[in-house]
Amino acid sequence: MAEMAEEDKVLNEVTQSEYKYGFYTNIESDRVPIGLNEDTIRRISAKKNEPEWLLTWRLEAYKRWQEMEEPDWANVDYPKPDFQAITYYAAPKQKKKLESLDDLDPEMKETFDKLGISLDEQKRLAGVAVDVVMDSVSVATTFKKKLGELGIIFCSISEAVQEHPELVKKYLGKVVPPSDNFYAALNSAVFTDGSFCYIPKGVRCPMELSTYFRINEAGTGQFERTLVIAEESSYVSYLEGCTAPMRDENQLHAAVVELIAMDDAEIKYSTVQNWYPGNKEGKGGVYNFVTKRGLCHTRSKISWTQVETGSAVTWKYPSCILKGDHSVGEFYSVAVTNNYQQADTGTKMIHIGKNTKSTIISKGICAGHSNGSYRGLVKMGKKAENARNFSQCDSLLMGNSCGSHTFPYIEIDNKTAKVEHEATTSKIGEDQIFYCNQRGIPTEEAIALIVNGYCKEVLNQLPMEFAVEAQKLLAVSLEGSVG
Amino acid sequence: MDLNGQILESKSQLLQTANGHDQIQDLRTKAMQVFENEGFPTIKHEEWKYTSLVPILRKNYSLTASAGKVSKEEVEKYSLKTDSYRLVFVDGGFSEEHSDLENAPFTFLTLSNALGSKEEALNLFGKIAPIEDQAFVALNTAFAHQGSFLHIPKGTRVEKPIELLYFTSKAQNEAPFFQIRNLILAEQASETQIYERHQNLGESAALSNVVTEIKVERDAIYDHYKVQNDQRDTALVDNTWVEQAENSFASVDTFSLGGRFVRNNLSFLQRGEHCESKMYGITMIGENQLVDHHTLVDHKVPNCQSNQLYKGIYTDNAKGVFNGKVYVHSEAQKTNAFQQNDNVLLDDLASLDTKPQLEIFADDVKCSHGCTIGQLDEDAMFYLKSRGIRDKEARAMLLYAFCMDALAGVKLEELKSKLKSVLAKKLGVELDFDL
Repeated sequence: MAEMAEEDKVLNEVTQSEYKYGFYTNIESDRVPIGLNEDTIRRISAKKNEPEWLLTWRLEAYKRWQEMEEPDWANVDYPKPDFQAITYYAAPKQKKKLESLDDLDPEMKETFDKLGISLDEQKRLAGVAVDVVMDSVSVATTFKKKLGELGIIFCSISEAVQEHPELVKKYLGKVVPPSDNFYAALNSAVFTDGSFCYIPKGVRCPMELSTYFRINEAGTGQFERTLVIAEESSYVSYLEGCTAPMRDENQLHAAVVELIAMDDAEIKYSTVQNWYPGNKEGKGGVYNFVTKRGLCHTRSKISWTQVETGSAVTWKYPSCILKGDHSVGEFYSVAVTNNYQQADTGTKMIHIGKNTKSTIISKGICAGHSNGSYRGLVKMGKKAENARNFSQCDSLLMGNSCGSHTFPYIEIDNKTAKVEHEATTSKIGEDQIFYCNQRGIPTEEAIALIVNGYCKEVLNQLPMEFAVEAQKLLAVSLEGSVG
Repeated sequence: MDLNGQILESKSQLLQTANGHDQIQDLRTKAMQVFENEGFPTIKHEEWKYTSLVPILRKNYSLTASAGKVSKEEVEKYSLKTDSYRLVFVDGGFSEEHSDLENAPFTFLTLSNALGSKEEALNLFGKIAPIEDQAFVALNTAFAHQGSFLHIPKGTRVEKPIELLYFTSKAQNEAPFFQIRNLILAEQASETQIYERHQNLGESAALSNVVTEIKVERDAIYDHYKVQNDQRDTALVDNTWVEQAENSFASVDTFSLGGRFVRNNLSFLQRGEHCESKMYGITMIGENQLVDHHTLVDHKVPNCQSNQLYKGIYTDNAKGVFNGKVYVHSEAQKTNAFQQNDNVLLDDLASLDTKPQLEIFADDVKCSHGCTIGQLDEDAMFYLKSRGIRDKEARAMLLYAFCMDALAGVKLEELKSKLKSVLAKKLGVELDFDL
């Protein structure tokens, strides 16, 4: 073991020094001055060697953005970010590389262990430079080869702009137009990174696509843009984020995700979000303002599953536009807030086509001094004959310093529509805890057990390994919330 | 000129007419300022998102309507067919002729008299209904000088129901704009039943802005029934604010069956432990009609209950809006709050926007809301038809059964049967049975 560690150390030193060298020169040339103006956007576009149409598109979005006001209708309260104090383009952040895992913040290390993340992964996530990274790149390459054989394109969006401009041009901004909202406009103007995924007709993607193993290639950006296109009769399951805590220094995250499901296609999009939530006093933490929307064509299906445990402020409504007849939209969500976190999340189901169906299951858990809101819209248009919706939003409160809010908007313009909505708010039953205690299960574990049961309907929707980690994550997030 | 302009133009005159005791002059001026600053809400206001006031406000209203006359038959037609205490107002003015207060165990004063000297009335005026962010309440608080003050003394059980009937007479040929204010004080351990109705007997359009402030003291039982079945050009904005003390029971049932535009703002403020609030309602509307229910229950103290049940049936191009808000403060542990809103849309042009909202800051509570939108069950229809009941009757039976739950709380038998016959009439059938 000692030998191994020694070897690791040597390797660390070697890889690190090499990295350092290459990095420095890069950074000098790859920085765009702080602040946002047309020049910044032109420079971003030029750096990325983008075609003219994309630059025009960005500038148009920027113009729209300038005319917009930052939304304040959400049930969250935070100091507004200063958009002129942000660097909109920089090469991947030059993080201080750690010598080994022993140098890692012990608190973080503990969390890793609790989540059961493998040593290799821990190193990668913590930014410990080891050859594991090399390994993962090669893994990614093997995946890429396999996917390539099926005609699946899975790459960064910048790469897609270069390699498949016709696809990007055709679909970019079609579901979330730049003028959609304040943060979508900002994202459209300055996005620097993100993923692109294209599944050709009739192909069933053989593996869960994940931004997770792509992280090393591109680095996560502050303004991510994801575009997933599933052609006719295809299927893809896409994973975003990871369960490990991400100590990202970026304060503001304004991502846009667009999904397009053509006839008979199915997209399953799962997210686990665990950005830095700020400390126990509510200082710091990430603002997560995300616009996610999917467009369903005839007989297609889009399913959103999310487990939200991180971020200081979350503002996120993954939505489905059920345009095609017989299309299906689903939304499964667990949102946990603790300490001073605030989350305003939910979904929009817009029924346009006939016989469209949607299901909403939202489970909120609030502890500490946090505030959690469910905000949803179910809209059934004039032509949405026999549209059907079922919504269930439950909230669980722990302690009386937190708040739970439900804002379900239901707009019906069709007499054949069937809508059922139910919501409950309650706390964990004392008799349930007593029952567990009696059988030797300590209160903290009992809470985790009960919460997991409460979230089961949603966790069941996650891919296997993810679900296991998510369960542990719930327990970690709620630690210390029981007094 | 729209109503806003008209009001601002003649504000000093209006303020003078309103008058009242010095004690409330400051409040009137302040309310006027609030209204001037805020104006009427537009659909950009979250509470008015689905209800546009534009078609109502752009009409030319007469702000100072002179009093006309109504006949005895007309009054009879719209009153409860039972022994009652009756308070009749014609075009805003109190009509002694039609009213009946014989041996009344409570005090009644017209609003202007009450605000002249009565201490209890002055202590109630503007104390429960807030003016901020409530343009209609602000407007009413600034100018209202018509309406009633009811004082039910401690321990009094008012045996007969009290009818509050507001008529717009045929004499009005210019659309009148009325501002009515009711102040009701139900003292400790009293028991009261109130039947309230606003009826336009003429052909012209009319707009009423009604504010009712009700104070229910400890151990009191208070029931209030509102029947809204006005002619098709009439608009009503009805603001009702109820404050409840310890161990009291208060209920406001709203039956919205007609009128062009009805907006109900119904709010319960629970200020004492162990109190119970109930609001039930039936809405059945058709062509060119809009009914908007906005309810609020403010749970501020522990161990209280609230129950809401609203049923809606919409035909033609009717538009329904429901927005129920339950607010549970962090101190209000052991709160039980239920809210249910069920709707049936019967025609393609009918539409419905609903938002049952919960805001909860206490953990040991049971709060739930449910909302459904659907159609008549085809199996049930088939069942009835296969037994020889015609389509129309079968439909009526099912719809009738659908809204019956919401009638369950009505304690006045006369009102119950009256409502049943109105519902049957609206469904176009004669029901010769009692459900």
